[in-house]
Amino acid sequence: MGLDFSVVPAFAGALLLGMVWTIAITVSAAVLSFFGGIVFAVIALYSPALIRYPFRLFAWLFMGTPLLLQLFLIYFGLIQIGVDLPAFVAGVIGLGLHFAVYNSDIIQSGILAVDKGQYEGARTLGLSRMQTLRKIIVPQAVRAVIPPIGNNMIALLKDSALVSVIGVAELTLTSQMAISRTFRPFEFYVTAAACYYVINLGLEAGLRRIERRIQLAR
Amino acid sequence: MTDRPIIDIRHAAKSYGPLEVLKDISLQVQKGQIVAIIGPSGSGKSTLLRAINDLDPLTAGEVWLEDTQVNKALPTRQYEAHINSVRQNIGMVFQHFNLFPHLNVRENITLAPKMLKGISNEDADELAVEQLNKVGLLDRIDYYPSQLSGGQKQRVAIARALAMKPKVMLFDEATSALDPELVEEVNLVMKQLAEEHMTMIIVTHEMGFAQDVCDRVLFMDQGVVVEEGPPEVIFKNPANDRTKNFLRKHLKGQN
Repeated sequence: MGLDFSVVPAFAGALLLGMVWTIAITVSAAVLSFFGGIVFAVIALYSPALIRYPFRLFAWLFMGTPLLLQLFLIYFGLIQIGVDLPAFVAGVIGLGLHFAVYNSDIIQSGILAVDKGQYEGARTLGLSRMQTLRKIIVPQAVRAVIPPIGNNMIALLKDSALVSVIGVAELTLTSQMAISRTFRPFEFYVTAAACYYVINLGLEAGLRRIERRIQLAR
Repeated sequence: MTDRPIIDIRHAAKSYGPLEVLKDISLQVQKGQIVAIIGPSGSGKSTLLRAINDLDPLTAGEVWLEDTQVNKALPTRQYEAHINSVRQNIGMVFQHFNLFPHLNVRENITLAPKMLKGISNEDADELAVEQLNKVGLLDRIDYYPSQLSGGQKQRVAIARALAMKPKVMLFDEATSALDPELVEEVNLVMKQLAEEHMTMIIVTHEMGFAQDVCDRVLFMDQGVVVEEGPPEVIFKNPANDRTKNFLRKHLKGQN
């Protein structure tokens, strides 16, 4: 029994829809992880101990346990305490928070690397601590760490396949459904891989563009 | 009460552990006066300057801006509000410019007035144009700091400070980080400010500039003001041996 890719076109519509869901969940989770990362970084660096230490436990929880387990916990576990999230939302929250914790680490190092003179320059004009953080320090820190955050976003795209296990009909789950109808795993997994590759190319092109645009303002 | 000082430093002292950086310094600066602080590095002159807007808080003593005590002891939250409003009246220019690299020249200048004084975009733009005109850099309004020379950066930094309409300007070795050929353009801007009777306190290594522009010169060494007086006296006829020594080294180096 040889390979026969002619079974794929019949599922083109479904796969395309799967791709759209993959992109949707990746973009949503990326946005959450980016802004969440900034908030977490500021909490980790500047909040009082009473907030900082519980936060560290929370960060450790997200860094030290499998993402798959976190998705199960958010989707299946939270129902028991009355939080019944749609699979897509649970997936975005799980992926988003998981990567927010990683982004937070990177952004923290970016914040600490901003020259002390920037802080002094802003404070002597009369800006408050928060205004200085918001307008001067964080924007510079984020610009400096866009490349490593971009790498995280590519990892996020790939890990988005995990949300197939909580029933989000993204690319991986769509492929599995096609396979269960045709018994052609090789063809559909290869097709899915190609689709991920295409999305990845788009993501990388977007990241390069952002990097170029911020180059001047460094 | 016409000669109430605009800046009044009373018995300022500062120490890091056992190390005394400032020892009981008092200094009054009248409105429109231009004061130079000179001295060897480590003499405490920058620390004194940075105490005026409480960037380096004193361990003892008081700093007054007109009838407001700058370094008032207040609970954290109240102190924040207090110092932020005081600092709006004290412009500061740093050795390393501290322009905001992610903002263009216009935004560098308008950020604080817009955030703190709530002025409109049009008024802010007008303000940027006015200040840049003053420092002769209107054609650079849409440039980013990375596209400017050191001298231009410092002139923008001066424009940024002036945009807050401060009552006093502090200069912390404003030309020390510049290539020699770029020093003059910054000096010219400062001279122009002097002619407009801006009150200025200038920490500098440039004796020529201090001599030309300033009304008073303070010579500091090891945390104390060793000698002070009009530039003619300090530079031509210093009384103290430490001042003489310092000036001999420095004036020689300049020729």
